[in-house]
Amino acid sequence: MKKGRFGLHGGQYVPETLMNAVNELEEAYNRYRDDKEFNAELTELLNNYAGRPSLLYRADKMAEDLGGAKIYFKREDLNHTGSHKINNVLGQTLLAKKMGKTRVIAETGAGQHGVATATAAALFGMECEIFMGREDTERQALNVYKMRLLGAKVHPVDSGTATLKDAVSETMREWTKRLDDTHYVLGSVMGPHPFPTIVRDFQAVISKEIRAQILEKEGRLPDAVLACVGGGSNAIGAFYHFIPDVGVRLIGCEAAGRGIDTFETAATISTGKIGIFHGMKSYFCQDEYGQIAPVYSISAGLDYPGVGPEHADLFDKGRAEYVAITDDEAVNAFEYVSRVEGIIPAIESSHALAYAMKLAPTMSKDKIIVVNISGRGDKDCAAIARYRGEVIDE
Amino acid sequence: MNKRLEKLFNGKTLAAFITCGDPDMETTEKLALALADAGVGLIELGVPFSDPTAEDALTVSAYERALASGLNTDDVFKLAQSLREKTDVALAFATYANVVYSRGTEAFTRRMADCGVDALILADVPLEEREEFAQPCRTVGIDFISFVTPTSSSRVEDIAKEAEGFVYCVSTLGANDTEKACAILGDTVKRIKAVKDVPCLVGFGVNDPEQARKVAEISDGVIVSDEIIRIVSEKGKDSVPFVKAYAEKIKKAM
Repeated sequence: MKKGRFGLHGGQYVPETLMNAVNELEEAYNRYRDDKEFNAELTELLNNYAGRPSLLYRADKMAEDLGGAKIYFKREDLNHTGSHKINNVLGQTLLAKKMGKTRVIAETGAGQHGVATATAAALFGMECEIFMGREDTERQALNVYKMRLLGAKVHPVDSGTATLKDAVSETMREWTKRLDDTHYVLGSVMGPHPFPTIVRDFQAVISKEIRAQILEKEGRLPDAVLACVGGGSNAIGAFYHFIPDVGVRLIGCEAAGRGIDTFETAATISTGKIGIFHGMKSYFCQDEYGQIAPVYSISAGLDYPGVGPEHADLFDKGRAEYVAITDDEAVNAFEYVSRVEGIIPAIESSHALAYAMKLAPTMSKDKIIVVNISGRGDKDCAAIARYRGEVIDE
Repeated sequence: MNKRLEKLFNGKTLAAFITCGDPDMETTEKLALALADAGVGLIELGVPFSDPTAEDALTVSAYERALASGLNTDDVFKLAQSLREKTDVALAFATYANVVYSRGTEAFTRRMADCGVDALILADVPLEEREEFAQPCRTVGIDFISFVTPTSSSRVEDIAKEAEGFVYCVSTLGANDTEKACAILGDTVKRIKAVKDVPCLVGFGVNDPEQARKVAEISDGVIVSDEIIRIVSEKGKDSVPFVKAYAEKIKKAM
């Protein structure tokens, strides 16, 4: 009976009300995942609407300054809508259209997934409603405006901690209320089966491209691939096609917030334990009674108390490593990469860059690191300025 | 079937949901005893969870109030034990998988049995994942309850086949008039019973005596919740006589 397992993680821990909807989605996905026409349509959208393939850029100035391994950036920030989120959203929205759905709903943290979903809905002529924690609507006001501009309705969520996890809960509730014409475009590799698999497959284009690009440029595979991890969709996308290559270190960078020894952290694998929440078994930040812990990170996109089940399994098996990066380290990397490479990375991606800054100097010049720049940092400028004590108008 | 549940389903059963710790555990105990007095046969003790994804705003705020009062799962076990010393009413825990799993499912269910709890209801455990919890429940003589919802459609028979204790049937009373909702329910109950002789209790949207009477005609009884949560949220510590009067009114109609 058990479906969608990654080791002991994953599964389908959702109310009975949702089971037929997730089964319907699984059936549709199985029908279309290898369908030629579907894949041709999706590739057309990815290439000519979203701007794929994204560049693999060699960050020589940064590598030289740090004095160690060669560094490549996978430029997901150059995608249409400014992040990797569009890869998954175009795939799911196309699937929803094939299923005859006319309305899409989604949660969003930083607003990147919400903007991507609103964008696809506009393109496909579908109704769109986005659920976003009230706190996030305030710290990412520009993205709220963009979603409205694109024709979506944005619902601020007040329950719980009014952040990403509450937005996910509220979107699940909304889906329960209206299953017939609605598809829930889940934004990360989390939730009940089949979502972790679907989202991973749509994001795996990232590692497929990195592999081909690095082989062309260097004639060999990289020594390490780094990506930030909240739910973990850009990371699983960047890791996936390297999983069988055990010589490639896969390093997920979690948000430590103010530090993993404080309560103000969102580093799930570093501080959490195995639990069941939002449809899946995985690692979660929680108290001794199983109450989900309020988490904190400067990055709204990593501010989530759980992690995707495939990451939990990669960690259990020792195939991927997970490190924790503090707000301070991420903000330093945000400023450093802007100054040194002329690229303003998202604060989420800056967590992976911060670890690259630590790792590169420990490696010799013939080694290669690939960092996934999952998104662009325009959305974060006002918040980082505030973090540095400067008040600017967005 | 758990013995206390078996005894319960002789006639039409009234079950009632209360949120543990809203507004405080003392009131919850008084409410449970008053409900038993009013003829309620099964009390569903809602064990608060921080993120109750299957609940509507009314229950979410009840859980939030309870957790804000500092309540934890140990307090709920103590309450169950204390109730069991005072009454023979059937008791169920209604909560979410993580509350059980985080303690260790076997340890949790054993403690439930030790405290005299008869059934476990987990909102986020469907048929596909039920054995992980149903098996340890069976070992200690507790029934793990299954849901059938208006969206179950072709799944009803598979769920019925595995059902233990009773089936929790979710009504469409919120979305339909009583007549239509009862027609749908009647059909669902028939389909369940065709597969397995298991009692069917109807919850969600059963609020007034007239609804309770009609629903009880086509099922084994009803579960009331919303109206009780509403009374408790308004009257707090003083809610006991009001909740009792409400339960008596429903019971009389059935």
